[in-house]
Amino acid sequence: MPKPDSLQGSLDLLVLKILSRQPRLHGYAIMTAIQARSGEVLRVEEGSLYPALHRMEEAGWIRAEWITKDNGRRSRLYELTPEGKKQLATEESRWAAVTAAVNRVLRTV
Amino acid sequence: MSLWSRIVNVFRGERLSREIDEELQSHIEEAIAQGRDPAEARRALGAALRLREESRDFRLIPWLDSLRADAIFGGRQLKKNKVASAAAILSLALGIGACTGAFRLIDALLLRPLPVSEPEQLYALARQANSPEGKTMTFDSWPYPAFQLMRAAVKDRAELIALSYSARTDLTYGSDQDIEKACRQFVSGWMFASFGLRPALGRLLTESDDVKPGGHPYAVLSYDYWTRRFGKDPKVLGRTFRMEDRLYEIIGVGPERFTGTEPGTVTDIFIPTMMHPGVTRSDWSWMRTLARVKPGVPLEPLRAKLDAISLAFETERAKGFMSWPKQELDNWLKQKVLLEPAAAGVSDLQNDYRRALVALGVLVALVLLIACANVANLMTAQAAARSREMAMRVSIGAGRWRLVQLVLVESAWLAMFATAVGGVFAWWAAPLVVHMINPPDNPAHLVLPADWRVLGFGLALTVGVTLLFGLAPALRASSIRPVSALKGGDDPHSRRRLMHVLISVQSAFCFLVLFVAGLFIATFERLSLQPTGFSAERLLTLETVSERPQPPEYWDQVAEHLRTVPGVEMVAIADRTLLGGSSWNNFISVQGAPTNGVLAYMLSGSPGWLETLRIPLLDGRDFRPSDTYPGMAIVNAAFAKQYFGGGNPTGKFFEMAPGGGPRLRFEVVGLAGDVRYREMREPILPQAYYPMHMADGKGGLTARDYGVFMVRTKSANPLAMASILRREVARARSGFRVSNIRTQTEINESHTVRERLLARLALFFGMVALLLAGVGLYGVLDYSVLQRRREIGIRMALGAPAGDVARRVTVDVLSMVLAGGLAGLALGMAAVRYIESLLYQVKATDPAMLAFPALAILAAAILAALPPVIRAVQTDPLTVLRSE
Repeated sequence: MPKPDSLQGSLDLLVLKILSRQPRLHGYAIMTAIQARSGEVLRVEEGSLYPALHRMEEAGWIRAEWITKDNGRRSRLYELTPEGKKQLATEESRWAAVTAAVNRVLRTV
Repeated sequence: MSLWSRIVNVFRGERLSREIDEELQSHIEEAIAQGRDPAEARRALGAALRLREESRDFRLIPWLDSLRADAIFGGRQLKKNKVASAAAILSLALGIGACTGAFRLIDALLLRPLPVSEPEQLYALARQANSPEGKTMTFDSWPYPAFQLMRAAVKDRAELIALSYSARTDLTYGSDQDIEKACRQFVSGWMFASFGLRPALGRLLTESDDVKPGGHPYAVLSYDYWTRRFGKDPKVLGRTFRMEDRLYEIIGVGPERFTGTEPGTVTDIFIPTMMHPGVTRSDWSWMRTLARVKPGVPLEPLRAKLDAISLAFETERAKGFMSWPKQELDNWLKQKVLLEPAAAGVSDLQNDYRRALVALGVLVALVLLIACANVANLMTAQAAARSREMAMRVSIGAGRWRLVQLVLVESAWLAMFATAVGGVFAWWAAPLVVHMINPPDNPAHLVLPADWRVLGFGLALTVGVTLLFGLAPALRASSIRPVSALKGGDDPHSRRRLMHVLISVQSAFCFLVLFVAGLFIATFERLSLQPTGFSAERLLTLETVSERPQPPEYWDQVAEHLRTVPGVEMVAIADRTLLGGSSWNNFISVQGAPTNGVLAYMLSGSPGWLETLRIPLLDGRDFRPSDTYPGMAIVNAAFAKQYFGGGNPTGKFFEMAPGGGPRLRFEVVGLAGDVRYREMREPILPQAYYPMHMADGKGGLTARDYGVFMVRTKSANPLAMASILRREVARARSGFRVSNIRTQTEINESHTVRERLLARLALFFGMVALLLAGVGLYGVLDYSVLQRRREIGIRMALGAPAGDVARRVTVDVLSMVLAGGLAGLALGMAAVRYIESLLYQVKATDPAMLAFPALAILAAAILAALPPVIRAVQTDPLTVLRSE
């Protein structure tokens, strides 16, 4: 079965965007949010989500916090940092530039 | 997250892993809660272990993490082989400690720059000339007028600074009863400014404090002395003390770290050169010269200029040397000024111990290398035992560098432990060595700070040592090929080859160390067995001064009084002690003939001096109380040989002209046996002894303010009488005071201090080297027997006799020892040139000198080989073959 396109390189952008709308989400919620908002078109490869989250956390774009849920289990919530906001703007404009460029190619050829 | 948090995460790795796992787990639970199939959710997430590793690498510093893991693993490995690790650590610690200790000494004495501004601009002036005995000698003393000429001549290019030799002197802050000793140095007033030093208290000497001879009775204390003597009392300013019949006023205290310009001596009191009694005299050489050369000034023209000025001065001065033979005069004027870097200051201790310390440094470095070779062999043997583990690591994907790191980290553990233990050893040992070279009456104060220089050296040594013994085994371990290793090893000999090379290197170094140790020991033995010609047994020397010059009759009365003190056997007076460091010489002519250019050495002694020192009177008579100088003399056998062709000189005459004055005539009244006058290492000098009573040319006798009472006591420990005698001298006549008491034995032994130090330390390190090499040899043989037990078993099963087995096991290794020994011999022959000046009557080619290290190594090799050979011979073929 062919895997749905994970949109190489756009995962960061999607995660940052989701978190800018809805702060304090855990990993699973981020994943489902991406799926829901994209109208079930984009599916995040679950295995690559967490290393990406940890990498972005390390870069200082997002920060994480442990909370204890009602059932006593702990869950790790992520939210955007000011630096992450800047990064989101950069990524968005880069994405816009790339898609515009791709569209130009599609139109002219 | 910051770099810091990543570093912190390295050390809380467990927790980090747990958190990542927990997060992944909560993801799956969330998925299950959403109604997904647990197995499917897990599959979708992927391998938890891989995710964890991936995430970890973001959240910490991977190389630091692997280093941490290796450090923990390496530590465990060391703990597993406790005995081997302890042996390795101890032997390395000894090597590292000895090297660090040697470095501390060498650094403190020879390398450490003086705490002054731009020490690298400092140069010391010295002169190279031919001694009257015809040997090339270097000395650095000048008369002050020569210094003044030189200073004026190079003023635009360099600032010259005059410094007297630091010397312990009597002084008093109160009455004459409170005489104490302090180390004083006459220095140019501008020295402090030129050195860029600031006072800790008051002011320092300046150029205007050093203008008029005898006109500036001011003193600056060193910080160290101010602390020791006055407890940093600020009220010392303005206090006065009396020294050599002059009153000095304390005007300031020097900066904390400045202890003078002579490493090995801490100067207590600085005084302007103008206060020195010899400052106007052209015939009194009492000071050194330092030059602060201005930046960019070429050295050679500067040196040539100084050379010309100094030579012109000496040529002018030599016009007064009327009694000197022409040839001697020409010889004397063939001198050359040298300019040598002196950033570390300049001192006699440096000159005496430079070569000795460097030789010791090389010896301890060799011991360290031997220890390194041992540990390298140990690591190689352990790596062999772990080859399967290494192969396993490679098979599951460990990189080559990771394996190198793994083994090196283990080595670093060893080296770090060894450095810690060695550091303690060095901390304890370096002052001990300084203590060993201390003459009791003039202790060497070598400042031995343990600062970043020593620390840096220790760290560099640790890293160097780690690479030295760890790199070869590490590279070998990393180049493992899993297939062959897991099958049971490919070339079992390659590993042994490395070990064998190390064994021969060890043997070579061990031979060298023992050989040099043997030379030092023989030197000390021969030097201390040299007869002095007199008896130092129970002999005390009382250096005595009087307030004003006192008539010789008064001196005789003091001697007479001392003879009545219970416990005193015999007393005589002399103007100096034999071997005590001061000498008096002149050219002699016999019956009007020109002198033969050999200097005679002189000493004045009272009647009974010969008997008190137990110097045999071979012919003629001793002095009588009525004998005076000039007039009568007693000469020794060497004198008779030198000037009278070996015939009996009694009743004959000779002349000398002291100080270029009129010729004085002496009748030889006695012939004495040969004694050592100045040095242990030179041939017996021709000597003439004169009566203590000196005619003043006006019908009276010259008064004197210095003399040495030679007292032979009855008690076996003469020093027990020191305080009694000190008191009795003061009681015998007022104005007389003992300034220093030493036993003659101590004076004699001061001539072999360096040799004793070298012999002791070289013997110690020789034994350590032998022990280490023996242990190393044992380890390698043991390993090789263990590795070859299959082969041995087969050979024995086929009927090989025990002798054959023993030979096969040992022949390789012992031939390596032999090869190493020969290499060591060659090294020793080459090295002996550098230590020749430290040796006495010992030749490197002496068979005994070669036999000592050879036999010692042979014995150690046999002892080390015995247990493994016995084990090899006792191999039970059945057991071995069955186990395979």
